[in-house]
Amino acid sequence: MNNSFALRRRNDLIMAAVLTAAAACMPFLVKDVYVQNIMVLTLMYAALSQSWNILSGYCGQISLGHALYFGLGAYTTALLFTKFGVVPWVGMIAGGLISAMIALALGYPTFRLGGHYFVIATIVIAEIGLLLFHNWDWAGAALGIDIPVRGDSWLKFQFTRSKLPYFYFALAFCVVAWLITWWLEDSKWGYWWRAVKDNPEAAQSLGVVVFNSKMGAAAVSAFLTAIGGAFYAMFVSYIDPDSVMSFQFSLLMALPAVLGGIGTLWGPVLGAAILIPLTEVTRSFIGGSGRGVDLILYGALIVAISLARPEGLVGLFSRRKKETAR
Amino acid sequence: MTTQTIVQSLASGLLMGLLYGLIAVGLALIFGLMDVTNFAHGEFLMLAMYVTFFLFAFFAIDPLLAMPLVAAALFAFGAVIYLLVVRFAMRAKTNVGMVQIFATFGLAILLRGLAQFFFTPDYRSIPTSWLGGKTVSVFGVFLPVPQLVGALVAVAAFGALYFFIKKTDFGRALEATREDAGAVALVGIDKNRVFALGWGLGSALVGLAGAIMASFFYIYPDVGASFALIAYVTVALGGFGSVFGAFAGGIIVGLVEASTALILPPSLKSVGIYAVYLLVVFIRPRGLFGSI
Repeated sequence: MNNSFALRRRNDLIMAAVLTAAAACMPFLVKDVYVQNIMVLTLMYAALSQSWNILSGYCGQISLGHALYFGLGAYTTALLFTKFGVVPWVGMIAGGLISAMIALALGYPTFRLGGHYFVIATIVIAEIGLLLFHNWDWAGAALGIDIPVRGDSWLKFQFTRSKLPYFYFALAFCVVAWLITWWLEDSKWGYWWRAVKDNPEAAQSLGVVVFNSKMGAAAVSAFLTAIGGAFYAMFVSYIDPDSVMSFQFSLLMALPAVLGGIGTLWGPVLGAAILIPLTEVTRSFIGGSGRGVDLILYGALIVAISLARPEGLVGLFSRRKKETAR
Repeated sequence: MTTQTIVQSLASGLLMGLLYGLIAVGLALIFGLMDVTNFAHGEFLMLAMYVTFFLFAFFAIDPLLAMPLVAAALFAFGAVIYLLVVRFAMRAKTNVGMVQIFATFGLAILLRGLAQFFFTPDYRSIPTSWLGGKTVSVFGVFLPVPQLVGALVAVAAFGALYFFIKKTDFGRALEATREDAGAVALVGIDKNRVFALGWGLGSALVGLAGAIMASFFYIYPDVGASFALIAYVTVALGGFGSVFGAFAGGIIVGLVEASTALILPPSLKSVGIYAVYLLVVFIRPRGLFGSI
């Protein structure tokens, strides 16, 4: 059994390498800027959902407040860049560290809460953050921050002529988030998290330090989410509280993992690959009418998938795998 | 800030709080019955407000008279949603919690989309009604009549619910199913029927709240979202599993909101509610009266 697990992990790695190579060639086949934009967003949400999955999927602490970390990453980067001229790369890391520290500070009281009390606490904390940014004049309050264009360069992470650099950064971000998850899956932390998720009392009695496990997952998850926020700020070059910290983002991070398969390695990638293009396409082709057809399709799809495939879409693949193995 | 202003704010806070309690109690009832949180609860409220609006617009029925009709319509709607969606979500073998969260959440988006499609995103309001726009003065404190009636309806609804759960056969069946759904099947109670009626009852209660709110609040497809978060906080503050915790939770939320608005800028008034929720659950992780 141990052997087949090692084999599966090696196959995952090969598959990831093949998919990454294929994705890296995509921009040469698809020149359309609109489609490239969707590809960037898909990769970004895949990575964000992978980050969310670490805390909520593997460790079982359902967070619907990850928009807080996303927003903190975006704001730290944008504020450092516009107010102090600090390059986004530094802002990105700073945002990640700030988010991780805030996740630890918030985790200290909130991880004592169970079930719905925890979920509602995460929503409420993110809402407080949103309201504070709405009223914080130095950070642009409700008007937000316009990031000035200072010329195309990797140092300043600004590109006006082509979306390709953003695409490759998003791809790298997605690969790194995937690799971290892949590595964590077979680490001491990975086993602890799954034990905490399945039965915290039993895990505790077997020597798992439940509280520290949750704190570790929260820090890693928040750090990666903030990196995504920092990237998004530079990608869209304009942020305001609602566009980076609203509840909508918390859901958009959770949904791909849920649809693809929560607590699985491939779930977030698969979920994002289906959901994000669908969202974008319905929004731009049907949503423009303002009549909510995009919402109808989107809502119906979520209901349908969660009823028909509660374990997520990756279940479709693993079943076929089992059958061929027999 | 004079004593007059403070009393005035707290009085309107109390009325709004009772209404929050009425909005939240359906959520608390359904959760207590079957451990399911309806993330489309705000959209149920939105539908109730539209039903009230259309009864007024097409049949000139005053919101006050429309209350029982709206409650009946929502009762049917809630029961149907249970039978068509929630029943299947509960069958999931793995992570039932997540499945029901996202199934009801998807339902919320779907309902919002349908409302935009059929009712358009326009803001609507009921311009003239028996209650709308009137105020009464009680010991020098001005109270808006719609909120006052809403608060009275909320108190009456909680009283009726208490009687219903404690004294009627169906109420006892609800309690028993909540304790042990497997055991009640052995004594001949159909679990699905009780759950469907529970969803109907919970939705009918939010229907009452919607009918009242339609007479003093704008009606639009997204109206439910802001009230839904307050409703979740209200239920959690009172404690999941406790229907009357929602009553107490509503009053606290209303008073806290009004007092925050006295101290902080109006745009930050919800921060007070959220902060009090966090404070309460950090001290009492199961809310004020919670058992689960």
